[in-house]
Amino acid sequence: MSQPVTLTVNGKTSDVSCGATTTLLTVLRDTLALTGSKRGCNQGVCGACTVLVDGAPMRSCLTLAANIEGQNITTIEGLPEGGDLKPIQQAIIDSDAVQCGFCTSGMILTAHEFLQRNSNPSIDEIRTALSGNICRCSGYRKIVDAVALAASRGGA
Amino acid sequence: MDGIDMQGVGSSPHRLEIMEKVTGSAEYIADLSRPNMLHAAITQSTVAHAKILGYDISDAMAVPGVVCVLTGEDFPDGRMGAFIKDEHAIAKDKIRYFGEPVAVVAAETEAIAREAAKRVIVKYEELPAILSPEEGLAEGAAIIHEDLDSYIKVFPAISSGNMASYTELNEGDLEAGFAEADLVVEGTYDTAPQAHLAIEPCGALADIDKQGRVTLWSANQSVFRVQANVCESLMMPMGKLRCLTPRVGGGFGNKMEPHIQPLVVRMTQATKRPVKMILNREEDFECVRARHPFKVRCKTGVKKDGTITAREVEVLLDCGAFGDDSPGVLGYSLLMSLGPYRIPNSKASGKLVYTNKLRFGAFRGFGNPQVAFAGETQLDQIAEKLGMDPLDLRQKNLIQPGDVWFGGGQVASNGLQECVDKARAASDWDNRKSRTAPKGKRRGTGVALSAHISGLLGTGAIIRVFEDGSVALNTGAVDIGQGSDTVLSQMCAEALKIPLEKVSLASPDTDGSPYNWGTTASRVTYTTGRAVVGAAAEVEKQLKEHAAQMLECSEMDLELRPGGIVGVSGSDKEVSFHQISLRAHWAAGGPIVGHHTWVFNQPTIDPKRAVCSGIPFPQVGVFSFGCLIVDTLTDEASGKTEVAEAWSAVDVGKAINPSSVEGQIVGGFVQGMGFALTEEMVWDGPKLANPTLLDYKVPTTLDTPYNIHSIIVEAAEPDGPFGAKGAGEIGLVAVPAAIANAIADAIGGHVHSLPMKPEKVLNKMLEIEDAT
Repeated sequence: MSQPVTLTVNGKTSDVSCGATTTLLTVLRDTLALTGSKRGCNQGVCGACTVLVDGAPMRSCLTLAANIEGQNITTIEGLPEGGDLKPIQQAIIDSDAVQCGFCTSGMILTAHEFLQRNSNPSIDEIRTALSGNICRCSGYRKIVDAVALAASRGGA
Repeated sequence: MDGIDMQGVGSSPHRLEIMEKVTGSAEYIADLSRPNMLHAAITQSTVAHAKILGYDISDAMAVPGVVCVLTGEDFPDGRMGAFIKDEHAIAKDKIRYFGEPVAVVAAETEAIAREAAKRVIVKYEELPAILSPEEGLAEGAAIIHEDLDSYIKVFPAISSGNMASYTELNEGDLEAGFAEADLVVEGTYDTAPQAHLAIEPCGALADIDKQGRVTLWSANQSVFRVQANVCESLMMPMGKLRCLTPRVGGGFGNKMEPHIQPLVVRMTQATKRPVKMILNREEDFECVRARHPFKVRCKTGVKKDGTITAREVEVLLDCGAFGDDSPGVLGYSLLMSLGPYRIPNSKASGKLVYTNKLRFGAFRGFGNPQVAFAGETQLDQIAEKLGMDPLDLRQKNLIQPGDVWFGGGQVASNGLQECVDKARAASDWDNRKSRTAPKGKRRGTGVALSAHISGLLGTGAIIRVFEDGSVALNTGAVDIGQGSDTVLSQMCAEALKIPLEKVSLASPDTDGSPYNWGTTASRVTYTTGRAVVGAAAEVEKQLKEHAAQMLECSEMDLELRPGGIVGVSGSDKEVSFHQISLRAHWAAGGPIVGHHTWVFNQPTIDPKRAVCSGIPFPQVGVFSFGCLIVDTLTDEASGKTEVAEAWSAVDVGKAINPSSVEGQIVGGFVQGMGFALTEEMVWDGPKLANPTLLDYKVPTTLDTPYNIHSIIVEAAEPDGPFGAKGAGEIGLVAVPAAIANAIADAIGGHVHSLPMKPEKVLNKMLEIEDAT
């Protein structure tokens, strides 16, 4: 049974029709055409679908859309402010921390939230913070360096 | 333009597509859609080996929203296959593995298609399932491909029964070599099947026009292989299919040969509507392909001083249900089975056996990591028996500049010695015993050397000069995330002395791109790079022909100047590419288009030197080299091993983009580390038991050391573009072997089986304890 659900995504409120078992990832990708959140495993393991819900990272493939009415959802599309990249996005560029790019949206959102909580992290704290996001290309080194670079620039 | 960074060869500009990827706007196959598009899903077989007696699709068709259900009966009888044409687009008449696609459903939504796909009924008559190569070779075994003899094979295959191919290489006098030895060590080594696990699952989208011509987008490593495979299996003229590519979310070999592209094309033909299908993670595990499990018997003879006199290697490969790239993997693993050493008397042979499992195929390393695990582990066992330093033993037998490879192939550039020297120094190898371990852990240091090729088959490039003097580069090479779009553009910019921003890169398109066999075999930088340099030379020639007329001088007196300018040597007379191109377009000579195509043509085997049979590729490639040293910590209580630090020195000829080369070295290391320590596809009878990321463990940041040191060595390949050769696979090849040797250093004995899970290491520790 479909029902209307009101979602606030990247500051914009939309009424979407979805079933009780419809996940946020499906609504984002198929209804709202926000395809920056990726479906890697659909099981909450790979982290490619990570979005921020009221500022906290969540797996959109495990989050039921109907459960998060009224909460603020931020996807990779909504991360830049006024068209400017966030410091972590710029640091990812400057560190060459992207290969295929499929994990990148989730990595960036996870790291962005982490840097807001911890502005001066150690390498091991960064490794721990990113441990729920799988990258199969990079071996992680340049991603960890990017998070450290963003922190050193005082940004998130 | 002096002083301006042209971002050419040797610099590390950011990826051309970087802004898309950090803002979520990069479009992968799952992100594409077409108006009026249908969604498709597969029905998978629930038995491993069976005759198909019939289908009942009525329940599936009855689901509201279902538009079409196709089974094997609706597919042509064409067969595809890179080496042996043994594979239909879908199971037809027979089921050959558990999870094989048996039907395709198209519906208005993906959810409906998936629901209906569960309702397709297939009537089977089960046959005995062959689940290992040994079972396949047993007398009286059920035969998986009854028509193997009549299949088209593109190499001199030696096949019979369930044996898809047999390959053998011989050099020197094996018996005499072993007779000469003071010590002979023999062992068997086995490796587990590894899943590629590109984070993007496979998918495809096809649309059909009023003339019946199909356009196909898919996650792939070669639009040209997609075209060939679909057309062979669906018996279509190649001109009826155009293949394109969106961004690709990783490949590692998984997306080189076909997955579901033929199914989607057939469905769009049947429905006359666009059709998209994206595999879920479980399906991607179950029915695409994986790295071959190997059983390796390795025997090496040495003199007391460490000189290797002979080696015999015998391998047994599980082919899975279809040949795919397997004959190539078998042949290549044998070719690499001596490692980068002088071994005068050798024999390498192996069998590839069909089983009722998903196809095994190309995966970064292509059989080389498996034989390297055996060979490099055995060298450490020999060093131990001789009381030699493992690196000194290798040093004594190192292949030297000027030496040929096993079989007689030429090795034009060889930076192995520099790799060894640099890794040895960077890791402080000679003082490794002074490093301590935390309480409860044992520290070990291990080394392994490697070689790998870059090369194979046909490639091209086209460069067109726009009216404004900038250029379009079109190669047809698919960037699967490793960065080839950027690297090829850098080479084009360097060759024409123009800034990188003046090169625009065309997306691969079978209609408009020159042929490119694929993004595989570490080949794009080397082979496509050569095509780019060749096409740029053609463009330069045409530019100079125009400039000579415009400047009224001889072409011989002209030079390219930085920034898109042709000038007269020793003079300030010059014209810009822009001026030349306007003349070419509107006045004289015609628009400037340069192209170059070539096929790799150095022989793998010198028949005067080696006696071989069943060789899958007569012309393989040029050689890259590597030396890898790792430090590991093994938990005394659990046997769990972590890599503490790694030093990977790799000879890539010339690093066109050093930052991207580092990405390949570190990324390859970590994928190899997963293969070494945790990754294993496990079957419960005929069914894959762990087709999920919960149960199949790839390394995360916490499993991965921060200190993986990339050491780039540049021994220029004489005919390589700017000296470059491949970097994509070499960094993975030695990883399991080096970790195995480090664990052995820590615990005092070798584990002969991958992955080296805690229980295997713990059992080895207990075995050693019991023995002392």
